[in-house]
Amino acid sequence: MSTIYILWMRQLKRYFRSRSRIIGALGQPLLFLIAFGYGFGSIFAAAGGGNYMNFLVPGIISQSILFTAISSGINLIWDRQFGFLKETLAAPVSRLEIMLGQALGGATVATIQGAVVLVLSLFMGFSPANWLLVPLAILAMFLLSLLFTLVGIAIASKMEDFQGFQLIINFLIMPLFFLSGALFPVSAMPKALAVVAQINPVTYGVDMIRGFLSGTTHFGYTTDFAFVGGLTILLLVIGSYLFSRIEV
Amino acid sequence: MENNNLAIEVKNLVKKFGDFTAVSNINFEVPCGQIFAFLGPNGAGKSTTIKMLTTMLRPTSGEIRLNGFDPIHDQDKVRRSFGIVFQDPSLDDELTAFENMELHSVLYNVDKKIRTQRIEELLKLVELWDKRKDYVKTYSGGMKRRLEIARGLLHHPKILFLDEPTLGLDPQTRNLMWQYLKKMNQEEGITVFFSTHYMEEAEKVADEIAIIDHGKIITKGTVSQLKQQTKTDSLEDAFLSLTGSAIREESAGNVEQMRTHSKMWRSR
Repeated sequence: MSTIYILWMRQLKRYFRSRSRIIGALGQPLLFLIAFGYGFGSIFAAAGGGNYMNFLVPGIISQSILFTAISSGINLIWDRQFGFLKETLAAPVSRLEIMLGQALGGATVATIQGAVVLVLSLFMGFSPANWLLVPLAILAMFLLSLLFTLVGIAIASKMEDFQGFQLIINFLIMPLFFLSGALFPVSAMPKALAVVAQINPVTYGVDMIRGFLSGTTHFGYTTDFAFVGGLTILLLVIGSYLFSRIEV
Repeated sequence: MENNNLAIEVKNLVKKFGDFTAVSNINFEVPCGQIFAFLGPNGAGKSTTIKMLTTMLRPTSGEIRLNGFDPIHDQDKVRRSFGIVFQDPSLDDELTAFENMELHSVLYNVDKKIRTQRIEELLKLVELWDKRKDYVKTYSGGMKRRLEIARGLLHHPKILFLDEPTLGLDPQTRNLMWQYLKKMNQEEGITVFFSTHYMEEAEKVADEIAIIDHGKIITKGTVSQLKQQTKTDSLEDAFLSLTGSAIREESAGNVEQMRTHSKMWRSR
């Protein structure tokens, strides 16, 4: 337990100490909120979609979570590169504990980043449908964060440099984000796109967060939770296997 | 191969990277409580061997027993038996020196009461106590090395590995380090296994020496045995007569290359 705690703490310390990273990571979601939120808002409303900001904010929170969480994988590559990984791998603690510390730390950081976007959006005309559900929204954000932190760690366990990681971001994370219900409703998608969205875990993560924040879910909480939770467990198994095989 | 008086037993150990054989069928034993030096030119296979002994790398074939345990199947028990100071950096730059020490003592389960006292003792030993609250990224290369050594001595394992520990250390720190290590060795019977390029260092402290070259152990014995065997009067001459005087090339691994790249674009 103390191993998990100290490694979790380490991630948080590193996060709060790099202000440039926090601010840099807010640039993209802010731009999306302004460009899409204000730019598309009137069209969305005219098409009968209602308040676009209320629809969009959970999507942008998820985006922020997605990118922050996956970058935990990049942290792992840094650790490998700067040698710190050896320090943990040679220690008399199980690799599972190390991976859990790393994963929970990365997930907490991603959740905080998502929460910051939520706070920012309050100044841009967003307000939660029910304030009492906000804690549940945070929990949903944490679950999505954990899932993608694990994805990042699993991938990074097999990688030695950053070049490959850029590939993952462009060919995995970007499509997962754009082809989810983050920016537009799944119900309004053409059939082919809707099918893709329905096998995309981000769709369910966004849907769950949107349910708690804006009061509407497309699939219902049970489906959302089953999908995201089930995948998280699967990734936990895959991630710990790959992590246990790391050689330095 | 079960012998309770042996800290390390290695039988027919082989490690291949593709076509390249880094370690080729080596055999050796280190009795408990010994200070054992592992010498060899660059690229001879020293670090690869240490990595296999310490569960960092899986051997291609062969058998290892560390404190009686097998590093392939009994990883956790093996990891509980040793401590290690790595050849290349393994500190967290974004944490302070004290935090690095603290993290290490949690990972190695050093008792809370001993922890604070020992961190202070060791940071004072390497003269970093006054800078304990500074981020490691602000440290010079020598200071990082000293911190690394101090951290390696934080917990007292059965077997302590030091992979070229004194590389880049000033003579003062080197002496202090060996004083401390010898004390640990005598008072607690800790086995010390180290590799080095400094022959006089090995000559001074090692009970026994093995010389490895091109992945093979070419000779083993005490300092006087090696001198006798080669009819030389210093370990350095013995070493040169055994390994030749050609300079070895060591190809930069992936990780080294990456480290260079990252240094380039990280320098802000």
